[in-house]
Amino acid sequence: MERRTIFPGRAFPILLVLPQLLLTAVFFLWPAGQAIRSSMTRADPFGIRTTFVGAENFQDLFTDPLYIDSIGRTVVFCAAVCLLSMGVALLLAVCADREIRGRGWYRVMLIWPYAVAPAVAAVLWILLLHPQIGLVGRWLNRHGVAWDYKLNSTQAMAVVIGAAAWKQVSYNFIFFLAGLQSIPKAVIEAARMDGAKGLFRFRTVVLPLLMPTVFFLIVVNLVYAAFDTFGTIQALTQGGPGKSTETLVVKVFRDGLINLDVGGSSAQSVVLMAGVIVLTALQFRFLGRKSDA
Amino acid sequence: MHRRALLGGAAALAASSASVWAQAPAARTKIVFWHAMTGANGDEINRIARDFNASQAGVEVEAIFKGSYPETLTAAIAAWRAGQAPHIAQIYEVGTGSMLAAGPAVKQVWQLSQETGIKIDPATYLPAVRGYYSLTDGRMASMPFNSSTAVMWYNKDAFEMAGLDPEKPPVTWAEFATAARALKEKWAVPTNAKGGGPEVMATTTSWFAWIQLEEYSAIHNLPFASKADGFDGLDTELKFNSAAHAKQLQMLLDLSKDAAFKYTGRDNTPDPVFYSGQTGIGFGSSAGRADIVRNAKFKWAAAMLPYDPAVAKQPNNTIIGGASLWTMTTPSRTPAEYKGVAQFLQFIGQPENDALYHQHTGYVPVTLGGFEASKKQGYYEKTPGADIAIQSLTRGTVTENSRGLRLGRLPEIRNIVYEEVEKALQGQQNAQAALDSAVQRGNRVLREFEKSVRT
Repeated sequence: MERRTIFPGRAFPILLVLPQLLLTAVFFLWPAGQAIRSSMTRADPFGIRTTFVGAENFQDLFTDPLYIDSIGRTVVFCAAVCLLSMGVALLLAVCADREIRGRGWYRVMLIWPYAVAPAVAAVLWILLLHPQIGLVGRWLNRHGVAWDYKLNSTQAMAVVIGAAAWKQVSYNFIFFLAGLQSIPKAVIEAARMDGAKGLFRFRTVVLPLLMPTVFFLIVVNLVYAAFDTFGTIQALTQGGPGKSTETLVVKVFRDGLINLDVGGSSAQSVVLMAGVIVLTALQFRFLGRKSDA
Repeated sequence: MHRRALLGGAAALAASSASVWAQAPAARTKIVFWHAMTGANGDEINRIARDFNASQAGVEVEAIFKGSYPETLTAAIAAWRAGQAPHIAQIYEVGTGSMLAAGPAVKQVWQLSQETGIKIDPATYLPAVRGYYSLTDGRMASMPFNSSTAVMWYNKDAFEMAGLDPEKPPVTWAEFATAARALKEKWAVPTNAKGGGPEVMATTTSWFAWIQLEEYSAIHNLPFASKADGFDGLDTELKFNSAAHAKQLQMLLDLSKDAAFKYTGRDNTPDPVFYSGQTGIGFGSSAGRADIVRNAKFKWAAAMLPYDPAVAKQPNNTIIGGASLWTMTTPSRTPAEYKGVAQFLQFIGQPENDALYHQHTGYVPVTLGGFEASKKQGYYEKTPGADIAIQSLTRGTVTENSRGLRLGRLPEIRNIVYEEVEKALQGQQNAQAALDSAVQRGNRVLREFEKSVRT
């Protein structure tokens, strides 16, 4: 089935992949190496005095109850963002997949938020939800709801989850819609003729056929929630109140760039890197299985 | 990227010009100045650079905005590591501890003065200002520039409605608590009840960590940290969990429970709450004046921070906030460039320049001469209350507890304070527990800092 091109010699193929290898080396391997190196040192901010401390930074991390808390918080946050954004996207995709008037317009509108930069999205949410200046925030307070996400951990978490999930709905929507459209009409029609209706048909026929998309999106959404939500959280709550919205990436930024603890922050980013490697490996497994089938 | 390339080019140009074309009239020594000022205060920096460039022919200062205070500090550090540091960096006061440990990365003011022969006399600067930026023996490390202090802004209209005397702001914390409750009952509640408008609250504070703990310690002559607030050694430990500190925080927690005080965010994010008329009393930086003048549509005034007579019979001076200017080094920097830096630092310390900057911004004059000049020009008669910050900084005598803080990684410690206070405000812990926890976590940060600069 597969067409293979065999190059004579070695120089030419190496030349062809060289640009990619160079990019990977300069933008990925080298910084990652630097991170691993500095995760094993203790240095002052200026890097004037650097000492090798081995695994001490990692030891400090995993004996710090605040770091363990942060891991737990990140897991909750990722799961919630994943569920919410995928759930809403699936619902919208199923609706937009039907024959309705203005279908194209709906689709464009639903895809739009994806183009909004995280910090800008966060500002929009602030203008809505801020307890003193936000439209919704002020409305809630006037109607007897003690709304203040700046000082209420649960509300703060809900806000960052909502804002982060909203950003990702569009992306999920595109994939779900494509997934739904690639399901052969014949299968659906056959199910209909057999008398399978609404939710039952969706659960037993559509969802199983959509599973590869779901798996793919779970991995993508987890990575998104764990790493790409920094801008949103930083702009909305800066990790507060207390530490209630400080996920692992926010903590890396805080410790590295504000607290200037390069060693500790590098150790955290090495831990995160291990997380990405695991997630990517999982993704390859799932996607690999799909293309084999 | 572009800017860095430009900078490198400028440095190379300056270096070659000094050696080869020293006689050429067109070649002015270029001095790069990174700052963190925005809006009106940013325009003011550009004005100063322009004035300096026009005042002499040998040196040209280029002012570049580098983001917020923490961003400027981070950028300066990264640039130094890459050998591209600016000549001058504006570093906020809480970064002073870290900059003092920067060794070869900086040239302290006394060194600069010695090497270039340009005289900069510490005695001409206000003691409360220069103390923060000096070594324990009095030599100046960085150049005082924009200094503010904490004051109590209050809404005179709200005071009147609440039946309080607008000419007699609270002087003690007990009076403050009474006023806060009156504001809540007689001003905030009825104003809220009308509905429609923005939320109104009796009192609030900006810079919780700075104003309610650091300034509180200084005023009451209590140590914020051991070893003279860190001036006498890196092995300093935080001390702000005393009974007096806990009493102060508990008072605010209690007021918060009764809705007579409201926490509205970290650092200066609560500032707009005052000038938009949403609060009766808003603690904040004296540098907030320009914004208040521009935005407030009500009668307002400033007063000194209250004190607690049960803790200290006589209140002491407050400490400064703001930033100072650090001279940074690179391997290729020439004596001519350092001389240019020294000339610029000398220029901004001239009484007339200092006075102008003070009157344009709401920062305090950092030199005694600047203060005198402003007095002579009748500035304080024309703008009553503009000298509250200076009165506050010069009240009492400067002790080792009111000189300022010399702690490494202080921004991180402030964040820890915010986190613990926010937990306490949610009712998750009481004042003493919050402060104990903040002290314990903060001490761990101090030990880390000590290890990182000792080894």
